[in-house]
Amino acid sequence: MIAFQGVSVRYADAPRDAAHDVTFTTERGRMTALVGPNGSGKSTLVRALLGRQKLTAGRITIDGAPLASLARAQVARRIAVVTQREELSFPTPVSDYVALGRFPHRGAWRSAGAEDRAAVARAVELSGIGPLLERSVDTLSGGEWQRARIARALAQGGEAMVLDEPTTYLDIAHEMEAFELLSRLVREGMAVLLVSHQLNLVARFADMLVLLHDGRVAASGIPDDVMRGAVLERVYGWPLVVTRDPAVGAPALVPLRGAPRRDSTLNPSSHIP
Amino acid sequence: MSRRRGIWWAAAIVLAALAVASIGLGSVHIAPAAVLSALAGAGDPGTVTIVRVLRLPRVAMAILLGAGLGMSGASLQGVMRNPLAEPYLLGVSGGAAVGAVIAVLVGAPAVLVPIAAFIGAVLAVAVAFFVAHATPGGGDVRVLLMAGVIVGAFANAAIMLLLANADPAAMRGALWWMMGSVAAATWAQNGWLAFYVLAGGALLVAWAREIDILTLGEDAAASLGLDADRASRRVYLMASLVAAATVAAAGLVGFVGLVVPHIARRMGASASRAVILGSALIGAALVVGSDLIARTALPPAELPLGAVTAVIGVPFFLIQLRRLR
Repeated sequence: MIAFQGVSVRYADAPRDAAHDVTFTTERGRMTALVGPNGSGKSTLVRALLGRQKLTAGRITIDGAPLASLARAQVARRIAVVTQREELSFPTPVSDYVALGRFPHRGAWRSAGAEDRAAVARAVELSGIGPLLERSVDTLSGGEWQRARIARALAQGGEAMVLDEPTTYLDIAHEMEAFELLSRLVREGMAVLLVSHQLNLVARFADMLVLLHDGRVAASGIPDDVMRGAVLERVYGWPLVVTRDPAVGAPALVPLRGAPRRDSTLNPSSHIP
Repeated sequence: MSRRRGIWWAAAIVLAALAVASIGLGSVHIAPAAVLSALAGAGDPGTVTIVRVLRLPRVAMAILLGAGLGMSGASLQGVMRNPLAEPYLLGVSGGAAVGAVIAVLVGAPAVLVPIAAFIGAVLAVAVAFFVAHATPGGGDVRVLLMAGVIVGAFANAAIMLLLANADPAAMRGALWWMMGSVAAATWAQNGWLAFYVLAGGALLVAWAREIDILTLGEDAAASLGLDADRASRRVYLMASLVAAATVAAAGLVGFVGLVVPHIARRMGASASRAVILGSALIGAALVVGSDLIARTALPPAELPLGAVTAVIGVPFFLIQLRRLR
């Protein structure tokens, strides 16, 4: 559904591309996970999808239509993005906050209709934030806040959802809930693109992994193809082994104790000339 | 819901009562009932003249001034995502003051001072705006905020240089202008001030939902399909224009744009539309009440309006700060 085709991005005055020739596609009914170390270009690609970052090469398409040819509101009606950071400047009731997700449909003028209310109600139910609706967003815990943000994105009611590290502040139970919710959305036909550092979880939940390293795709494919010790060790610059999760049999990464092996044989491209 | 509405009705009644009191109190006291009949044109002709010609334009300007500054401040705080943002922080007051001081110093007729102030304010905002947009982080509201503060600081330095060797009469005139006053209000001034406050305010209210989105930050705004740079630019410019019109009409009346939106939020407004409309109401009440104090606290002398709003506004704001998390 969302296709990145040879996408390159270079920030002003940067010596190299933040993303270089990145190609992958997300599909409806599939969870695609974008993984890689800090600074490998994951969030840059999300920003490019938001139209917040110009491409220096390549293009992003949505069902074949170039992103650049679509109006922002048109994109927002189809793709909801939960960004990595969001500011909370003023106290707002959670119910009002979730309803902001309807903005792409309502614009600046139209008041909420039956369709808007139904979308918000479904988002609230799916994300389980019913008990929080009367609270003010500035009183929520980190985990509750993330769920409220996912609810707002759900209220947007698109066919695709992009989440940039959505489980960062969540404990195990809330993190699993979030992943289960995403996989339910995928089963219902949504395309989910997830940026995550939780390799072991995405190896269990995602249909496809795209591993980024220094802005380039180091590996992509089904989890079993990407979760390989040699590749991950080179990309992350830390000794590790990949084993099998004893409970569910998915590939699982175990970082080893000891000094980081940031030598030339392991991680040649991390050297700064 | 009904309780929340009740608060706003109460605020409207307070504003009306302050307006009637402000018209009634002064060197000639007029009872509220006589004020109301004089407003309708009935009763003693002398009283009708005092009410309709002398005092009503002043109260009308106080209402417009407070409403304009309140709406401007509420919009800017939202779009700047900063509870300390206010129109005066962004170069509006400094630029207007430079314009007015120059007009006073060159001996321009009094009618030209507001025009010079307006031009100064608009120029200062334009400079801050273009400086901010020339930087790599162009659309970033934080850069805009810093540019505004710096332009304001430059304006203050310019005022000091201009006034350093000015003759005492001109200096006093310039100083009085900078302390703010609605004493010289005329219907002509009120006419064009009303145009800016009502038309600008209507646009800000119309853009309120976009301001709600902008408070989440640029990335989140983009994810909801809003062009954050364009939306925040037009809110910023319109809010500055409204503030510039108030400054041109009445000089510098500080703290209204800063404090009033916080009062509106404490009274239960959270969506930008409610905060902007509530700020118009509370701003009007604050300025009418402050002008009443300015006129009646030490008769026959008048206190500078801008100083009274600051004296009321600062303690309130300090109490607010304690409640901020």
